[in-house]
Amino acid sequence: MTDGATGNGTGDIRQVIVIGSGPAGYTAALYAARANLTPLVFEGAVAAGGALMTTTEVENFPGFPEGIQGPDLMAATRAQAERFGAELIPDDVISVDLLGDVKIVSTHDATYRAHTVIVATGSSYRYLGLTNEQRLLGRGVSACATCDGFFFRDKNIAVVGGGDSAMEEATFLTKFANSVSVLHRRDTLRASKIMQDRALANEKIKFHWNVQVDDVLGDERVSGLQLTDTKTGEQSTLDVDGLFLAIGHDPRSELFKGQLALDDQGYVLVEHPTTRTNVDGVFACGDVVDHIYRQAVTAAGTGCAAALDAERYLAALEGHPETAAIAGLESTDPSAALKPATTG
Amino acid sequence: MGNATKTVTDSTFDADVLGSDKPVLVDFWAEWCGPCKMVAPVLEEIAVEHAEKITIAKVNIDENPRVAQTYQILSIPTMSVFKGGEIVQQIVGAKPKAALLKELEAYLV
Repeated sequence: MTDGATGNGTGDIRQVIVIGSGPAGYTAALYAARANLTPLVFEGAVAAGGALMTTTEVENFPGFPEGIQGPDLMAATRAQAERFGAELIPDDVISVDLLGDVKIVSTHDATYRAHTVIVATGSSYRYLGLTNEQRLLGRGVSACATCDGFFFRDKNIAVVGGGDSAMEEATFLTKFANSVSVLHRRDTLRASKIMQDRALANEKIKFHWNVQVDDVLGDERVSGLQLTDTKTGEQSTLDVDGLFLAIGHDPRSELFKGQLALDDQGYVLVEHPTTRTNVDGVFACGDVVDHIYRQAVTAAGTGCAAALDAERYLAALEGHPETAAIAGLESTDPSAALKPATTG
Repeated sequence: MGNATKTVTDSTFDADVLGSDKPVLVDFWAEWCGPCKMVAPVLEEIAVEHAEKITIAKVNIDENPRVAQTYQILSIPTMSVFKGGEIVQQIVGAKPKAALLKELEAYLV
């Protein structure tokens, strides 16, 4: 059993627990570790490293002019946090009680306590929500091009979506596939210009505009898709061997329902520009908060902010008014307390 | 990495998996697959904790294309449970330990 873990919640009270990994969680852990707060990080049993673990080349993380592989970037950030004393646990948190002064975080075999919690649980792939899509998952339906593209050598495949990840996946899949059809509900792409241009210029990629996927066809494996034209209502089928999903993400905030204020899509609400949630001592960062930017570098940025916010909150708890004043938590100077942490 | 799991190849698959007395969970994986790397330590733990009930075998699909092709693997990680030479269950994609144990419940009692 790990230090500080007990079955009944009577172990040491940690300064900081970080739930989630990825650029936000590991950066929060790095900053908290450097502030000597020895953060305990729940990386998730299978989600460690976050969304970047299923990407290939990350070309837009500052400081890497030649680009860096997503998993390598995460391994490096993780090692950096560990170097300064972050304690990393590759397990999932299954329940939390965040409302008290002491926060309680449980995995399936242990309970941990802390004064502050940083939520960095990220987001998960969104599915179309079709019965046959789930039935054929792993039989031609995939949410991970880098994992499964290999199996579609010389096949015809479709990618659904119009954002950067759809362009990235489509472009990546042309390495293997005979043809890649990009299916998009609208007639314009959300993707950044450079990703669009790259995909549009690729002769193996064909764009299908204003189409919606109504069904996935096939008995043992995917054989085609049932499509509807969103403008004319005309139905058609497209013969493909594979369907790759890139239609966006949903925040992983299930764990916090009823405790943290969420917006109607499930994103954790914070007091911008800070990372404070509606619960004192709980901070949130990365993709579980952000449905606008969702970049590795913005996630890392808010992860840093969350660690600094937690540090200041802890300082205020211990009665260091100068540090606390910066956080606007508690101060002898009334002007610094205009926005107390308790407002939702 | 892992001593509790058994590395299986195209040539040892028949004996090690199909001929096994115990149920065998075969993890189809590859070096370049992020989620495979994430689920590997979880499988390692399950292999240690449930060694008497189930064998956890690993097939690197890059090095062993025949087995992957025979079982029509189209996504990795795919974790197939073999019992008496037949696939009795298939789990696609990395999952947390608790979820995997739940899916494997029938073979662990």
